[in-house]
Amino acid sequence: MTVSSPAAAIAGLLVWIGTPFLAALTAVGRVTIFAFRTIVRALTPPYYPARLLDQLAHIGWFSLPVVGLTAIFTGAALAQQIFVAGSRFSAQSTVPAVVVIGMVRELGPVLVGLMVAGRVSSAMAAEIGTMRVTEQLDALVTLRTDAFRYLIAPRLFASLIALPIMVLVANAIGIFGGYLISVHKLGFNAANYLGVTRRYLNSDDFAMALVKAGVFGFFMALMGCYHGYHTQGGAAGVGNATRNAVVSAFVLILIANLVITVMAFG
Amino acid sequence: MASPAPKIVLDGVTKSFGPISVLDGVNLSIDPGESLAIIGQSGSGKSVTLKCILGLIQPDAGSIRVDGEEIIGQRGKELERLRAKFGMLFQGSALFDSLPIWRNVTFALTQGHHRDAARMRMIAEENLERVGLDAKILDLRPSELSGGMQKRVALARAIAPRPEIIFFDEPTTGLDPIRADVINDLIVSLVEDLGVTALTITHDMASARKIAHRVAMLYQGKIIWRGPRDRLYDSGNPYVDQFVQGRADGPIS
Repeated sequence: MTVSSPAAAIAGLLVWIGTPFLAALTAVGRVTIFAFRTIVRALTPPYYPARLLDQLAHIGWFSLPVVGLTAIFTGAALAQQIFVAGSRFSAQSTVPAVVVIGMVRELGPVLVGLMVAGRVSSAMAAEIGTMRVTEQLDALVTLRTDAFRYLIAPRLFASLIALPIMVLVANAIGIFGGYLISVHKLGFNAANYLGVTRRYLNSDDFAMALVKAGVFGFFMALMGCYHGYHTQGGAAGVGNATRNAVVSAFVLILIANLVITVMAFG
Repeated sequence: MASPAPKIVLDGVTKSFGPISVLDGVNLSIDPGESLAIIGQSGSGKSVTLKCILGLIQPDAGSIRVDGEEIIGQRGKELERLRAKFGMLFQGSALFDSLPIWRNVTFALTQGHHRDAARMRMIAEENLERVGLDAKILDLRPSELSGGMQKRVALARAIAPRPEIIFFDEPTTGLDPIRADVINDLIVSLVEDLGVTALTITHDMASARKIAHRVAMLYQGKIIWRGPRDRLYDSGNPYVDQFVQGRADGPIS
């Protein structure tokens, strides 16, 4: 007993480390295959442009209010914070520059990504998951229609297209939020503020914001569709799929954000 | 005279989910124009058998031939061509709740595209009429219909592309006895009028006796009995006896 216990302990440790590691690798593999399958099917007919437009409206247009709201309040709060922090070493004048850089490079993409992922990943997982448990996905097959082309590809591509546009809108609104509070509450000169803002608007930063947005859009739709498609069990299964979709979309967005930022500036 | 070539042949089909063996060598043959019912307990593998034939589930071993063509291992266009021979009535109807009734009924014809609206509405109307439904429901959503009507819409959707083979998954489950008999009558008339081959899975004995020419019983992943419907109540098989009479005591525990 005493002889075998160190070996058993090591084996137990290896199992403890190995099992979740293997599970994670398996999940990554499955998601990758799912994504590739969607892209390959999307590139071969039949195409569903009407479904794509539908999804663009759902993901893009109907998310605009929540995105605008988030951006304007965050932009304003950011300006206020920088003003207070900057005044300790007489650096209040950095407010417009920090608002522009902060919104465009980080807060715009990440906040839009998270807000829209909350809306979109959950809705996709719940809808496709319900179709799974009510056999509507099987019915599609018997009705000669490919679920990847009809359901999943339009969602993935709509999300990929909509997110960059929404991040542009959010950046503009966020910068405007910062402007509003700076000019009307913190006593900045409007023309001056806009001048500094313009000087710090950088096309490279916008390019990075758009790349981030596209990647986030792809991940949020992928997670929603993947978890919905693999839903098991009834109502509880749909609940699990929805939660897993949102959590995994958030995690992927946060990791991807760091990776892209480090790659751009590292 | 040789009997006609069978429409569907299952040969030693096995399927396990993890450690649980669901199908353990299913052998079955269905002739063209024949209506066969598979009876068996819940969880005996009836649905898995249907899904294997449709290619929704890959069996572990065995052979499934439709008109002499192997369906296992087929992919892409070939699988689509074979699948086009099938229609299926799902247990819960599985209507698309985001689409109006007429788009549901014509879904296999449009493959989800929004085209030919006028012609598709006419086709939907024809098929709804076949299952005894009115054109008034064309623009309703599935959730606005009763369970029995949803089932009939699902039946209209399954027959709209005029498949050669139709699967019925528990067609009468969840319906009252009168509505259930309406569905039974519809299935009988469709099989006769359209000349389709029908495969029904059910545990409703009245339904099996009415719609099937032949009955097969699935137990523990194997077909343990098959025979004409008239022999169902004097099969001489203790398992079938216990099942059709619905007794709690007997060889099936």
